[in-house]
Amino acid sequence: MTTTYQQPTERGYYGQFGGAFIPEMLYPNVEELRQRYLDILAEPEFQAEYQQLLRDYVGRPTPLFEAKRLSEKYNTRIYLKREDLCHTGAHKVNNTVGQILLAKRLGKTRIIAETGAGQHGVATATVCALMGMQCIVYMGEIDMERQKPNVYRMRLLGAEVRAALSGSRTLKDATNEAIRDWISNPVDTHYIIGSVVGPHPYPDLVARLQAVISEEMRKQLLEKTGSELPNYVVACVGGGSNAAGAFYHFLEEPAVQLVAVEAAGHGVNSGHSAATSVLGKPGIIHGSRTLLMQDEEGQITEPYSISAGLDYPGIGPLHAFLADSGRARFISIEDEQALRAVAELSRLEGIIPALETAHALAALQQLGAGPDDVVVINLSGRGDKDLETYLKHAETLA
Amino acid sequence: MANRIQQAFEKKGKNLLNVYFTAGYPRLESTVPVLQALTKAGADLIEIGMPFSDPLADGPVIQQSSTVALQNGMNLRVLFTQLQDLRSTVPDTPVLLMGYLNPVMQFGMENFCREAAAAGVDGVILPDLPLDDYVAEYQDIFKRHNLRPVFLITPQTAPERIRRIDELTDSFLYLVSGPGTTGGANTQAEGVQEAYFQRIEEMQLRNPRLIGFGIGDKASFQHACQYAEGAIIGSALIRALDGVDDAPAAAQRFVQSVLA
Repeated sequence: MTTTYQQPTERGYYGQFGGAFIPEMLYPNVEELRQRYLDILAEPEFQAEYQQLLRDYVGRPTPLFEAKRLSEKYNTRIYLKREDLCHTGAHKVNNTVGQILLAKRLGKTRIIAETGAGQHGVATATVCALMGMQCIVYMGEIDMERQKPNVYRMRLLGAEVRAALSGSRTLKDATNEAIRDWISNPVDTHYIIGSVVGPHPYPDLVARLQAVISEEMRKQLLEKTGSELPNYVVACVGGGSNAAGAFYHFLEEPAVQLVAVEAAGHGVNSGHSAATSVLGKPGIIHGSRTLLMQDEEGQITEPYSISAGLDYPGIGPLHAFLADSGRARFISIEDEQALRAVAELSRLEGIIPALETAHALAALQQLGAGPDDVVVINLSGRGDKDLETYLKHAETLA
Repeated sequence: MANRIQQAFEKKGKNLLNVYFTAGYPRLESTVPVLQALTKAGADLIEIGMPFSDPLADGPVIQQSSTVALQNGMNLRVLFTQLQDLRSTVPDTPVLLMGYLNPVMQFGMENFCREAAAAGVDGVILPDLPLDDYVAEYQDIFKRHNLRPVFLITPQTAPERIRRIDELTDSFLYLVSGPGTTGGANTQAEGVQEAYFQRIEEMQLRNPRLIGFGIGDKASFQHACQYAEGAIIGSALIRALDGVDDAPAAAQRFVQSVLA
């Protein structure tokens, strides 16, 4: 059997990971999406509208910036894919622009979303404002506290932010509440999932909508380095949407080393971590069979990371397959290493990265890239939303 | 030979009351005494909820009882130990296990079915187990252990899918009363729910039907019984057990109030 990483099976499997493990209440909506998403994505009118919004509203293509001082420090050639320059400050909007156009074609009038760091919530609230659609965003109570500016942004954009009060009160629980909302509103509502997680076809749908990142990278690399292929592509992974987008057009290029960076929290074995590829076992979360942090009885355990966007006990099924098959290398980065990477990029390149993105930057220490290697880091988001956290850790950042 | 679920429907025909409660709630050792009290009070079928950390199809009441049960130390190993003498005190009442797929998968489907059958369990409800996966991977195991799967039907389930579900079991069909998680109020316009129940009735299905979600007292139970062979109550019973000293007595009083 030839393996393709880009294309899951008809039932949404990447190797043993994926599928659609959903209660009957969700079946009609998910099945409708499964039957129609590829056709809708291929429609010329959809593509025209999507490409136009990516260009004129999101601000694509985003630059590929050669980070010379950072390169000098690590003695290699580092390029930053500037997703932080997207409208709303992160890659998340690539997906929400696509899904809002999809939702319109499905005849939906009400949009729900989950959010961790708030970036996906803001990106969803933004496109709902643009299209005049009702928007409800579920966010863990703890995340609402640690990402306050994004809560205000969503409200300013006209969205209703509802606190998820169950479980760990973070991204996992916000996703549970969004799914429960969809169960309660099966006819008029589309659920814009923010990552490559959830039941099939969501992982594939979101990966395709984020694939523009690596599509642009290839063209820009050809211009700047003479080759479309770098030696390394590095991205952080919570659920894994920016990594899926950054890896997508390199998945079938074995010469390119794909590096997925997870949050180790206080340390992989500290009991306070979100390093799913190390700590997880196959299991089912949010409708997908994937690697999952759980106890011996199959109860989902509470993840921890300083970064609200990486604080998730699973990873998308594509990433579980990339880990399982060895196609991607997985690195875990602790809170403090990420914070130091924030300071480093700020001082060396004048770019303040998001906490999530800082995990990918911190992986440079362990990468082992040589002087002639080309390293692309997906700079998934900007750090404005994290200023309060950065202020709190001013000593580490000094 | 008819199984205990079928026998219960044959014997009573209509107005069957199926009650759901969470194993290990309100205390770890409550499972069997509550089950016995429910039977004694006249419940016709019992669903034992296997607590899960992330119960997607459940509302806040069952979520909360699951959290408490897990904190109490409930898990499948403990549950099967508690149920080992089930049939010496509850000989005839059908008992089903209801929960989510992940804990069952970690326990192992074969082990799970073997232990359930050994305890005298009659059926299993796993709302997040897809039909295709059941048929491809688990149907043989269920049959070998003489366990019946129960599948959910909602107002949005297509007729051909309802027929397929009806073919896959010899127990009952779980009619979800409307959009929403367990324990929610019926917010549908008048007549919408009834039209759905009638549409299912007119399909002349093989299996009897029980209506669940949002049924919580005598009035809603009797209303549901006009459109199906019976109904399922869960969240309202759990609420009646919240904070009481004598959970079995409260369970008994609750069932009596519904059947009065």
